[in-house]
Amino acid sequence: MFESLSDKLGGILDRLTRRGALSAADVDTALREVRRALLEADVALDVTTAFVAKVRERAVGVDVIKSVTPGQMVVKIVHDTLVDTLGEGIGIDLNAPTPVPIMMVGLQGSGKTTTTAKLGKRLTERNTLKVLMASLDVRRPAAMEQLAVLGRQVGVDTLPVVEGQQPAQIAQRAIQAGKLGGYDVVLLDTAGRITLDDAMMAEAAEVKRAADPHEVLLVADALTGQDAVNLARSFDERVGLTGIVLTRADGDGRGGAALSMRAVTGKPIKLIGTGEQMDALDDFHPSRIADRILGMGDIVSLVEKAAATIDAEKAMRAAEKMRRGAFDLADLRDQLTQMQAMGGMSGLMGMLPGVAKMKSQLAERNLDDKVLKRQMAIIDSMTPKERRNPDLLKASRKRRIAAGSGTSPEEINKLLKMHRTMADMMKAMGSGKRGGPMAGIANMLGMGGMGGGGAMPSPEQMAELAKKMPGGMPNMPGLPSGGGLPKLPGLGGGGGLPGLPGLGGPKLPHGFPGLGKKK
Amino acid sequence: MSENKPSWWQRLSSGLKRTSASIGGAIADLVTKRKLDAGMIEELEEALIRADLGIDVAGRIAAAVGHGRYDKQIAPEEVKAILAAEVEKVLAPVAQPLTIGAARPFVVLVVGVNGSGKTTTIGKLSAKFRGEGHAVMIAAGDTFRAAAIEQLKIWGQRTGAPVVASEPGADAASLAFEALTKAREQGIGVLLVDTAGRLQNKTALMGELEKIVRVIKKVDVTAPHAVLLVLDATVGQNALGQVDAFLKTAGVTGLAMTKLDGTARGGILVAIAAKYQLPVHFIGVGEGVDDLAPFEARDFARAIAGLE
Repeated sequence: MFESLSDKLGGILDRLTRRGALSAADVDTALREVRRALLEADVALDVTTAFVAKVRERAVGVDVIKSVTPGQMVVKIVHDTLVDTLGEGIGIDLNAPTPVPIMMVGLQGSGKTTTTAKLGKRLTERNTLKVLMASLDVRRPAAMEQLAVLGRQVGVDTLPVVEGQQPAQIAQRAIQAGKLGGYDVVLLDTAGRITLDDAMMAEAAEVKRAADPHEVLLVADALTGQDAVNLARSFDERVGLTGIVLTRADGDGRGGAALSMRAVTGKPIKLIGTGEQMDALDDFHPSRIADRILGMGDIVSLVEKAAATIDAEKAMRAAEKMRRGAFDLADLRDQLTQMQAMGGMSGLMGMLPGVAKMKSQLAERNLDDKVLKRQMAIIDSMTPKERRNPDLLKASRKRRIAAGSGTSPEEINKLLKMHRTMADMMKAMGSGKRGGPMAGIANMLGMGGMGGGGAMPSPEQMAELAKKMPGGMPNMPGLPSGGGLPKLPGLGGGGGLPGLPGLGGPKLPHGFPGLGKKK
Repeated sequence: MSENKPSWWQRLSSGLKRTSASIGGAIADLVTKRKLDAGMIEELEEALIRADLGIDVAGRIAAAVGHGRYDKQIAPEEVKAILAAEVEKVLAPVAQPLTIGAARPFVVLVVGVNGSGKTTTIGKLSAKFRGEGHAVMIAAGDTFRAAAIEQLKIWGQRTGAPVVASEPGADAASLAFEALTKAREQGIGVLLVDTAGRLQNKTALMGELEKIVRVIKKVDVTAPHAVLLVLDATVGQNALGQVDAFLKTAGVTGLAMTKLDGTARGGILVAIAAKYQLPVHFIGVGEGVDDLAPFEARDFARAIAGLE
């Protein structure tokens, strides 16, 4: 969701970092552009003004103009200020006597009911808790039915509907049922209103009195404009919030609402909804989001995701093979599968430093994950022997494979070329060549020397990395034409992917000691 | 203010009262204090940005207000009137009612992102067209969201319109096909086709929408006769992206803005009007079945500027 803001800020700060010396006027110009970018991203005006003032103050304080790398300094200040504004990452607090009541509030259409079901599923599956969900929405047609249907879908119990009860009564009944049924958590999905009116607030306040919830979560749409501040402030004043859940964070909204709501209420954003599927509810990591906004990528999320999805043993084997330079098409097939498991091409690209722009180009060109599937189909249509030894593939075999996979010989050639560049590159890396842009990533990800128990990459390192990678990553092997992206198959190789298999290796947990704590 | 529809005016101005209050307040504050100068224009611009008009349009309108009036003493009411006139200039060309053409059934496809209020708007549209004497049919094309079909069936009952629905998860395009065929057989006047909410950056879902349009055209090449994009008044600058994407995919012919009775300003409509010149047909100003009003540029502009 933060891509466009990321593009804008990235561009502005990029221009700044390229200059050797900065005058006060340069900084002012950049900050005016930052202000504009934030406003266009729907960050509330007051929050924007405060943000820019804070950055300016810090910039003057550290005497940016005299520092050795003034541009970098400004970038760092903007980054730190973003992290400050977004606050700390805090999860749902369940530290209370069971059943722990959690109340969801928000406007109509913000995604309360869907979020309730997602949260129910998450608590049930990840925290192995027994969850009961209750809909207090007695107004919208079929709202209670909707929660019941979702409950069945995700395998979470819902409170049976009793006609004619008032929301507060239902809440009490839910808590009661929670106690009797031995539930750990009771989720209360309140009715939304179109508007922030007194009736809704009164009802919410009454439910709050009746249920005494441990968490009161405001469910808010990431696409909300300037009104986000009113929304968050009113709910906080009238009902008292403990946190915010941002929905539709998978849209191409610019996430300004997140900054605004956090800034005016001081309440943490606890979760973000990232898709229509019922497990698309993620933790919110402010510093990672800040990195992403600044186009520094989100290496930490990438590594975590890799650790969670990659088959460690397979990865070790692949890494070993790569080092020996014996990376065949079957290995490539495994990699493609892993890529898909990690959220596909677009998911991965978004997390890599400096690729935000490429990502939008990808979307424009419609280069979606179908390509992965097609490439897998091509490999699947080969015989094991062909996979081990791609040199066998001459015209007639290619025609057969093309027919078998529903592709064309041309696409097969592209795949082969990509495989060849990947294999060459890996060989080079394996034999210890450290130059070039990939080495930096490889080192950081623990591929190269598994760097002596190194810590997570610092923002400075990230910035360094981002510097190595911008501009469509022209030096990346695997991007055939260098000129920016057009030839697709190369992307699989170019996206930094080859480095990944090493990630899943058993050394990962030691390499990234900070990961576990960030939950 | 026109006398023949006080209730609608009342509703709109109460819906927009926060907007008006904040802009009006800002204007009163700044104008009673000093003469019209650059600082004042900037404050005016900020008030407009707060109303979601977007930085460009806000800047342009604020500049227009200042044009030729620098260093003059100016009364708050006067500034409001000028502001309203400037906003109206942008909005007037797009204030067009949705007219039911000659085609039978007249197919109205309703699209938008999740939670924008498509289903409710369809309920209100159904009531409106029924009230105008049309035979209305509703196609429950949101086969994705849990209970969307039930919600629409309730609206169908309330407004006396038959609802064509299939199983949750069914193909929306084939349902649209079936509904249109049925509507033809039964001599229906207006067919309202609901669709599942989709974010405009989801290529696959937008492709599905394209398919719905394509399939509808198989029955009637002139259909859909109107494609209504439903926008939520709380939405910010992202609405521009929504308009752009839905215009490309579904050929949007007009807009409806919902939830205008919230604190949201709906100022984004001004930005959309300035950029796309798409007709704005309706605004939703309440939760009742008849809380759907035709869009009136003058009223809207005056309400935004805080004129009673």
